[in-house]
Amino acid sequence: MTRAVKSVAIALKVNGENVNETVPVRRNLVDFLRADLGLTGSHVGCEHGVCGACTILVDGVIVRGCLMLAAQADGCEVETVEGADATGRIAKLQAAFHQRNALQCGFCTPAMLLTAAALLEANPAPTREEIRDQLSGNFCRCTGYQAIIDAVADAAEAGE
Amino acid sequence: MKAPDFAYMRPDSLDGVFAALAQYGDDARILAGGQTLMALQNMRLAAADVLVDINRVPDLPDIVEEPGHLLIGALVRYAALAESLLVQQHVPLLADAVPFVAHAAIRNRGTVGGSLALGDPAAEMPACMLALGAEVILSSAAGTRTIPMREFYLGLYETALRPDEVLTAVRVPKRRPGQFHAIDEIVRRRGDFALAGLAVSGVAEKGAVEAISLALFGVGDRPVLATDAADLLIGKALDPAQIETAKDAVIASLDPPDDPITPPAYRRHIGGVLVQRLLGQIREKLA
Repeated sequence: MTRAVKSVAIALKVNGENVNETVPVRRNLVDFLRADLGLTGSHVGCEHGVCGACTILVDGVIVRGCLMLAAQADGCEVETVEGADATGRIAKLQAAFHQRNALQCGFCTPAMLLTAAALLEANPAPTREEIRDQLSGNFCRCTGYQAIIDAVADAAEAGE
Repeated sequence: MKAPDFAYMRPDSLDGVFAALAQYGDDARILAGGQTLMALQNMRLAAADVLVDINRVPDLPDIVEEPGHLLIGALVRYAALAESLLVQQHVPLLADAVPFVAHAAIRNRGTVGGSLALGDPAAEMPACMLALGAEVILSSAAGTRTIPMREFYLGLYETALRPDEVLTAVRVPKRRPGQFHAIDEIVRRRGDFALAGLAVSGVAEKGAVEAISLALFGVGDRPVLATDAADLLIGKALDPAQIETAKDAVIASLDPPDDPITPPAYRRHIGGVLVQRLLGQIREKLA
């Protein structure tokens, strides 16, 4: 794409399925997932990288879905909370969140799950401080965080 | 909010980037990790007409070992920087600095070159590179030039980059025997930009400071080297009296911006606290 364009054809994998779409270049990746693909588990909060609600995986690592263009995901593998749920990758975290009442409104939860899963996959036995550090970029306006930290610690103990 | 309308291009070579900058001039912005630019576009604080995405330009280096230096390409992401064995071995200050940068998801995407080219006065990378005596490599269709970090920042978000140039890499000296380093910052919340931060790099020989750089961030319109304090420490042992003297010199040299939440006196104070804290840590390590 060596010329400046306003819309672009992209081919990517989303939750293991091939997706081919044409998108306006100014469409954020998270908006593409929600509006074009109907994957509304990724949430849009602040739209400037602060709240973390739009967290998704691109090529295996967590990123802000609002700070990346759909056009930039061309050729990438994207995973959303729907995909992580379907594969059972976050099952123990989901159970622990349920058990610990680690959500109220649930707006931040999908991103919390993916962010916590990224930690537990790299570090299966994190300290509470490490859990806090990992989740520091994800805002929750309901719980006061303690129950979320408890849930991630429980999931680690259960061997997520 | 959503970004205003713009056009997007993804050149597949540096020459393609130069051509785009020549064609669009000030209307174009280079998109690297996008962790600042995308946010500014979404908030409509920036409104580039053309985003020139350099993420797939193949001719930018990764992390390359050179005699005496590491060459770190502009697109190296924070997460990769921290995980690099070359960085951990030869420039450990940079690996130690990464956990202070924002949050995990941001570090997976944000780039070293983006941080340096933006030059946020409260960011970690510019100050670390300043403390380490690094130099940035700026390329354009006309050729390549190398600028020492201490000449790169000219003012608030103002750098020596010309409109036709791209920051392609940074060259960082490898650690020498006896080299020490430390970094810390004071923030209200984890991952926020620093209210004040300090990166220190130096060399000790037989208990005395042979060379030292103290780069403060978040305390001015750009990262600042506390040269008065460094001069006072050269040739001396890092004893508590010397550390106190250096702290006073740093406090006297700082001229932080006045903002309604953080008065200059507070930033000067915590700048001094960081000097005391980090030089104390280094003193313990050297003992």
